[in-house]
Amino acid sequence: MRVPEGSIERGLRRVWPLVSLSVILTAVVLLSDVLGEPLLKRTIAEALIKLIAVVGIYIFMGNSGVLAFSNATFMMIAAYASAWMTLLPSLKRFSMPGLPGFLIAAHLAPLPALLLAALLTTLVAFLIGAAILRLSGIAASIASFAVLAIGYTVYDNWESVTMGTSSVIGLPMYVNTHVALAWAIVSMGIALLYQVSRLGLALRASREDEAAARAYGVNVYYQRIVAFTLGAFVLGIGGVLQGHFLGILTVEAFYLQLTFITIAMLVVGGQASLTGAVVGVFVVSLVTEVFRQLEKGVQLGDLTAQVPLGAEEVILGIIMLLILIYRPQGLMRGREIPWPFGKSVAATLPTLTRRVAP
Amino acid sequence: MTIILQTVIDAVSLGSIYALTALGIGLIFGILRLINFAHGDFITIGAYALIVPSAAVVATPSLGAWPVYLMIPAVVVVVIIVALATERVAFRPLRGANMASLLVGSFAVSYILQHLILLIYSGRPKAVDVGMNLAESINFAGLRVPAIELVAIATALVLLVGLALFLRKTTYGIQMRAASEDFQMARFLGVRANIVIALAFAISGLLAAVVSLLLITQSGVLSVQMGLGVVMVAFVATVIGGMGSLVGAVVGGFVVGCASGILQVVLPDDLKQMREAFVFGVVILILLVRPQGLVVTRAAQERV
Repeated sequence: MRVPEGSIERGLRRVWPLVSLSVILTAVVLLSDVLGEPLLKRTIAEALIKLIAVVGIYIFMGNSGVLAFSNATFMMIAAYASAWMTLLPSLKRFSMPGLPGFLIAAHLAPLPALLLAALLTTLVAFLIGAAILRLSGIAASIASFAVLAIGYTVYDNWESVTMGTSSVIGLPMYVNTHVALAWAIVSMGIALLYQVSRLGLALRASREDEAAARAYGVNVYYQRIVAFTLGAFVLGIGGVLQGHFLGILTVEAFYLQLTFITIAMLVVGGQASLTGAVVGVFVVSLVTEVFRQLEKGVQLGDLTAQVPLGAEEVILGIIMLLILIYRPQGLMRGREIPWPFGKSVAATLPTLTRRVAP
Repeated sequence: MTIILQTVIDAVSLGSIYALTALGIGLIFGILRLINFAHGDFITIGAYALIVPSAAVVATPSLGAWPVYLMIPAVVVVVIIVALATERVAFRPLRGANMASLLVGSFAVSYILQHLILLIYSGRPKAVDVGMNLAESINFAGLRVPAIELVAIATALVLLVGLALFLRKTTYGIQMRAASEDFQMARFLGVRANIVIALAFAISGLLAAVVSLLLITQSGVLSVQMGLGVVMVAFVATVIGGMGSLVGAVVGGFVVGCASGILQVVLPDDLKQMREAFVFGVVILILLVRPQGLVVTRAAQERV
């Protein structure tokens, strides 16, 4: 049967990856509610926050094919901004004397603080993106690495507003699995709407063949800025949630470790699809969790099997390398969850990874 | 006048270290289009090779206890072996992947090496004395110059000239230059890919070992991230210099070193701690004016 233009099915097919992924994630969260295991809930909340960050990275890196290292910096900017707006004024006057008066006096509710923090990050990302994205792909990656280093150095030394190397404590801890799930779905929604939009398609075309995309009139510089900025908004959400989940902020937490793990998640799952981002977060979180348990020691009969501390990272690095070598497009190979009802027609999501031989 | 001269010497010696590192990265990038993040870990490994694995604060030297004329070659050999091993295990299977995958791959290799060092040597920074009394200053025409700075400059000069001669006069050197100009074409003309690439990694390892010895004599402190700081600066140096150009890498290294040296003098005291941030800021400014880098090569242009 032919699918009529604009029918409900056509629309559903378009947002199917979002719908199906949201249903799966919601089911996982509800299951953890039933089980009521606090450790499991914690792991799931952590994974969902990572997912938001990875979706943010995906919006730029997945659609443009350009690797950016500045992600953790954007998370950090948003996390600290939210802390400035939500901490008790009496606390800030004492520990962050460098803040402007209106910020010291500010005592916002979580939601407006989150949105304002994410918007600030978006603005910063726009300015940075406008500068560094003029460079060619690989040079832009390196420049984004410089951004990461700048962000880290500045926040680490800017004692009067970030408390430097000491931790910021006392953030309202409002983030649980439900809050994280809600924002994860919002983030995936932003990513999906973007990737099926004109803008997303133009950027994806430039990812497949930059010269050809240019020839078709795609302004690659402009499209990259759009994705970079939008991605930073989502990264900002992730950063804020991470801060309010842990209740504590350190600059160190937003540096290489976080950069590596989030990029690893995206690469393992497959950087060219939203489903890939989700799968990557799931697999890497699972591996990390298993190794965390092994590092504590596992009873096997009379023996206690224990892997040395730090083995987790080495194994994770090796897994990532193996994926890059044997499955360079990641576990999902750029595909989304397929539409299960009836044959796929042209109205489904364009998956540009299926290359047509010349 | 003396202050200016002092600053110049400081800046040039810093620039030498950056230039040597940038060259090590540039050599591999030229041929493989691979930005080697693991270069920083080559440097770190060179330094850690000097000591016996332990969790102690003051480390017991292993290679570091050897006489200097044996210790230097030993460290160089260790780092070259590590460099060749990463090539064989990780980068050879990745050959031909796109640049973003290569970048992620080398990021993974770096992550693995870093945590292997952590596993073996534990994470806390350690003090080590390699027994070369180079921390003393030499008084000269009213200047007080730490001997290590002069050693760094001299070493860089010798290595740069040596490498230039190697690349221009020897068969392998010419093959390497051909490969970085156009790898495909060079292979058609009989250049053996594996040998040239292994050679690039070996030289890169040599440069990393030298940088690591210079750093450790300067600071006397080992830490897992010691290579990282230098490499981050060297990365941007290769970008400023123009990607794929060896001359550019060296020029970029000196430019960044000088910028860093000048900022150290010019910046007010409370901003000095953020010097790195300003250096990277300068880099981004330079790139805005000259996105293609200072030295443009044909190989640097994206191939269509």
